Amino acid sequence: MTPLAGNYALEVINLKKAFGGLSVTQDVSLVIKPGERRLIIGPNGAGKTTLFNQITGDMRPNSGTIKLFGVDVTKLKPYKRAHLGLSRTYQIITLFNHDSLEHNVALGLLGLRPARWQMWLPLSHYNDLATAARRTLDAVGLLHLAQCPVSDIAYGEKRRVELAMALAQKPRVLLLDEPLAGLSNTERSQVKSLITSIPRETTVIMIEHDMDTALDLAESVTLLNYGRIIVDGDRDSVIADERTREVYLGA
Amino acid sequence: MKWIAASAIAALLLVLPYLAGDFYINLASQILIAAVFALSLNLLVGYGGMTSLGHASYLGVAAYVSALMASRYGIGHGTAAIISIAGTTTMAAFFGLIALRASGLGFLMITLALSQVLWGLAYRMSGVTNGDNGIAGLTRPTPFGISLESAASFYWFALIVASFAFLMMATFVSSAFGSSLKGVRDQSRRMAALGFNPWMIRWITFIYAGFWGGVSGLLYVYYNKYIHPSSLSTTSSAEALLGVIAGGSGTLGGPVVGAALVLLLKNYASAYIERWNMLLGLVFLLIVLVMPTCIVPGFSKLATALRKGSR
Repeated sequence: MTPLAGNYALEVINLKKAFGGLSVTQDVSLVIKPGERRLIIGPNGAGKTTLFNQITGDMRPNSGTIKLFGVDVTKLKPYKRAHLGLSRTYQIITLFNHDSLEHNVALGLLGLRPARWQMWLPLSHYNDLATAARRTLDAVGLLHLAQCPVSDIAYGEKRRVELAMALAQKPRVLLLDEPLAGLSNTERSQVKSLITSIPRETTVIMIEHDMDTALDLAESVTLLNYGRIIVDGDRDSVIADERTREVYLGA
Repeated sequence: MKWIAASAIAALLLVLPYLAGDFYINLASQILIAAVFALSLNLLVGYGGMTSLGHASYLGVAAYVSALMASRYGIGHGTAAIISIAGTTTMAAFFGLIALRASGLGFLMITLALSQVLWGLAYRMSGVTNGDNGIAGLTRPTPFGISLESAASFYWFALIVASFAFLMMATFVSSAFGSSLKGVRDQSRRMAALGFNPWMIRWITFIYAGFWGGVSGLLYVYYNKYIHPSSLSTTSSAEALLGVIAGGSGTLGGPVVGAALVLLLKNYASAYIERWNMLLGLVFLLIVLVMPTCIVPGFSKLATALRKGSR
C-alpha cells in the first residue's frame, strides 16, 4: 500500500450488493478527498441511498471494501464508524418526537462521549452538552424552539434539526440524504447557506434531486444509474457529459 | 401537584401498619413485592421496547435457589440471598445473549420459550425441586436479628427493599444511560448512527431487569415461605405484563398501580367468582377502551387538561 492510500476521506472499492436477483450496487468504486463537496445524483431507484447505507454500515455489501481515512471499515458496526467521524442525515426524518430539540441534539453529542454509559446522573446534568446543543440550534436558526418537542415543529424545521444533530457531532465525513427534500423556497435557501457554511474539516457527500441548488454546492458529481457509476468527475465535466443528459437531465 | 401526590402516598405507606389489620398489611406487602417485579419488567417493556413474556424466570429462579439452599443445604439466608441474586443476574446475562438475537415478536417468543424450559424443569426435576409439591416449610430471614414473622415487621422490610428498588430503577431510567435506552427504543438505527451501541444498551438493561426480578423473587419466597413451579409459569409472567401495560408502561408509577390492580382483583374477585381471570381480562379491556394510554399516563393527561380548563 502506498503512503498516498490514506489521503482519501472515503474510498469505496468494487462495492457490490444485490437483493436476491436485483443488483442495487454493481461494482461501485469512488474516492473522495478530505474537504470535498460531492454530489451524488441519479434517477429514483439508482441505488443512492443503498450506497449510503453501506457506507454507514446499516447494510452489509456482498463484496467490496469501504475505507474511512485509510481504515478498512467494511465489517465495522455503524456505531463504530460514527466514532471514526462518520455522520449522516436521513431522507425520511428520523428524530425523537417526544423530546425537545435541545434533547435531540444533546443526545447526538452524548453518542460520542463516554458519559453515554453513565447510569447515575441525568443527561441534563451535562451542561456542556446542552450548551453545545443550543449553539448548534442557534446556527441552524432554531434556538427559539430549543425547548419544544419535535412533534410540535414544522416539517422544514425538522429537516434542519436532522442537520443540526449531524453537525453538532463535528463529523469528519458527513452524508446528507436529500437535505432539501420537501422544503419551501425560503427554507431551501436557508438550508443551502447552512450547508455552504460547513467548515472544510468536514467532507460532505450529498444525495439531492434539486439540481439547481445542489449543483451550486458541489465541486464534483457522481451519477449513478441502475446501481452503476455512469459518470464521475468535477461538476462542469459531468454536467457537460452527454451520458448525464441522457440518463438524468433527460429532456 | 406531583409532590403532593407523592407525599400522600408516602404518608399512607407509613401509617398503614398502624391503621390496618393483618390481612390488609399482608396484602400491602404482596403489592410491594409485585410492584418491584412489575417495575423490573417495565425496564424492558416500557423503557427498552423489549416485550418479554418470560420475566417470571428471574423471580422464580431467585426464589427456588434461595429455597433450595436454605432447605437442602442449610445455608444461611444472607449467603443464600447473595448466591441466588448473583446466579439470577448471571442467568439474565446468558438469556439476554440468546433473546437479544431477535427483536419484537421473535424476542417475545424466545423469552417465553426460555421461561417454559425453567418451568418444565421445576415441574419435572422433582428430585431437586420437589416437583408439583413445591418446597414448603421455609423460614424468613432475620436481618440484624429482627424477626420478620409478624405481618407488620415483614411489611416494613418489604417497604424498605421496594423503596430502594424504586429509587434505583428511577435513577437508572433518568440517567444519561436511560436516555440512550429510550433513544434505542424509539430509533435504534439513528442511535447506532450517532455512536451508540444498541445491542449493548439492551443487554445491560436486560441484565439489570433480571437483577431486580431476582430481588422480587427473594421477597416473594420470604413472604410465602413456600415456592411452587407455578411462580415460573407463563401465567405469572403474563399477569405482570398485563399489570405493566394496564398501569402505563414506560412510566415509573404505572407498573406499581398496575401490579396493585392485578393483586387486588385477584384477592377480592376470587372470593366471589371462580373465574377471576375473566374479570381481569374485562377490566383490562375496559382500561384500554376508556384510556388508550392506560391508567397513569391517562390520569396525568386528565389532570393537565383539568388544570388548563380551570384557568
